Amino acid sequence: MTAGTGKDTARPELAYDVSSIREDFPIFREPVNGRSLVYLDNAATTQKPQSVIDAVTRFYTRECANIHRGVHYLSERATESYENSRSKIRRFINANSLQEVVFVRGTTEAVNLVAQTYGRTHVGAGDEIVISAMEHHSNIVPWQLLCEEKNARIRTVPITRTGEFMLDEYRELLGPKTRLVAVTHISNALGTINPVQEIIRLAHERNIPVLLDAAQAVQHVPIDVQALDCDFLAFSGHKMYGPTGIGVLYGKENLLEEMPPYQGGGDMISYVTFEKTLYNRLPYKFEAGTPNVAGGIGLGAAVDYLESIGLENIRAHEHDLMKYGTMELWTLDELTIIGTAREKASVLSFIIEGIHPHDIGTILDKEGVAIRTGHHCAQPVMDFFHTPATARASLGLYNTREDIQALVHGLRKVKEVFR
Amino acid sequence: MSDLRDLYQEVILDHHKRPRNFRRIENANRQADGYNPLCGDKISVYMRLENGVLADIAFIGTGCAISTASASMMTEHLKGKTEAEARIVFDQFHRLVTNHSGGPEFADIGKLAVFSGVREYPVRVKCATLAWHTMHAALNQKAETVATE
Repeated sequence: MTAGTGKDTARPELAYDVSSIREDFPIFREPVNGRSLVYLDNAATTQKPQSVIDAVTRFYTRECANIHRGVHYLSERATESYENSRSKIRRFINANSLQEVVFVRGTTEAVNLVAQTYGRTHVGAGDEIVISAMEHHSNIVPWQLLCEEKNARIRTVPITRTGEFMLDEYRELLGPKTRLVAVTHISNALGTINPVQEIIRLAHERNIPVLLDAAQAVQHVPIDVQALDCDFLAFSGHKMYGPTGIGVLYGKENLLEEMPPYQGGGDMISYVTFEKTLYNRLPYKFEAGTPNVAGGIGLGAAVDYLESIGLENIRAHEHDLMKYGTMELWTLDELTIIGTAREKASVLSFIIEGIHPHDIGTILDKEGVAIRTGHHCAQPVMDFFHTPATARASLGLYNTREDIQALVHGLRKVKEVFR
Repeated sequence: MSDLRDLYQEVILDHHKRPRNFRRIENANRQADGYNPLCGDKISVYMRLENGVLADIAFIGTGCAISTASASMMTEHLKGKTEAEARIVFDQFHRLVTNHSGGPEFADIGKLAVFSGVREYPVRVKCATLAWHTMHAALNQKAETVATE
């Protein structure tokens, strides 16, 4: 990972003040099952700071109008707020231009968009798409749909028993038939941080473009798409403290330019007759229909919020918490951590001998601790580790050592019930 | 903890640890598989139906405490019952874990009443009913014999 991209606007001399950060999130004032919330399900979705909630409310209260078409005052204001968010996101990931920032519903739609446009025009019979064994279903199924249609096939980079991406095997899989590499930056089920810089470099040696699924990355580590040189990057707003239903596809301008549209409709056209339609310029070519305006504005506020704390500071805080959490979980007998890669972020996935993750989840919930249980939309990962499911605690910028202690306390209760 | 004990009653924990009738029935004439894609729970229910009576019923599979105990207690409860009776218990059990208006209609359900706590946990209802739905599918099955794999 590259340290320090120089775009942190936070004041690093100040200690990370987690209690004041928690005050930014109104949900922590809401009791759950009569207790204050211990929220450790951040890989599923994050809570929202007041500033994001306010931005969405402000839009509906004072600026609500459709964008890109009205001649009236409110439409102009809404358009400005929405496009201002695009500009914040461009800066946040250091895209070269605004044309490269496409608003979508979320990571899933971003991957599907690339599969259905770039994929359908570049992948043919016998061609191959390389993914990894730790992908989320949303970075598997869109490629399967494409491969079925085109008679192409998916090649899967294996992972080690600790959950690490196997670079040598990956290098072997890249060949003359490889049309695209699509891998996750950080695994949602294991927490593994993949060596994306190296993954991209190796693919580019063979002129193969790379899509990064950054759904679990943008909120945890600084991302600079130009330094990474990735060709596509997909992420969701709701996992980075923004609203649901909004996300981003970043694509290099030359690639987006030559890709056909994804959906047809309003806003993505510049001129329509019944014979022929001229498509709008980037990024609007990929934004058919009235978009999630409030979501886009809320996402801009989420970017502001993350930058006010600083991704490097967030990373350091979460890394410290991750180490602490790992040590604490190790104190419990019969508990096995699934995913022990050297480079990890946010995710503590585990199983307890003889106790199903669902039972763990229910009992922890009663203790006011929210975690996720199940296969985490990564069934191939579960199959690899020979378990139908895991319990997963995932950390966010507002979590504390007390949250980890509550988790461990809850797990002792679990073992009491099942002793 | 008291309300947790409503869900995880001793009898449930006991059946989870030592599930009864946890085996295949080699000469089964009814069999069905159940799968809960949400949590990955899998179950296979086997039956030996003789003259409309469940001469034998057993299961194998993996699941949480609720689903394993439910399957185990289901087999104990249904063994020796007629097919028609099994269908009635299926309906009763389903209402037991979903309805908030319990009442005397569950008088016949016996030990299965311990699952009434599940209704307070809507996401766990599927765990409790997976075995029952699989049993129901097996009853509805027309084939005389079924491959065990």
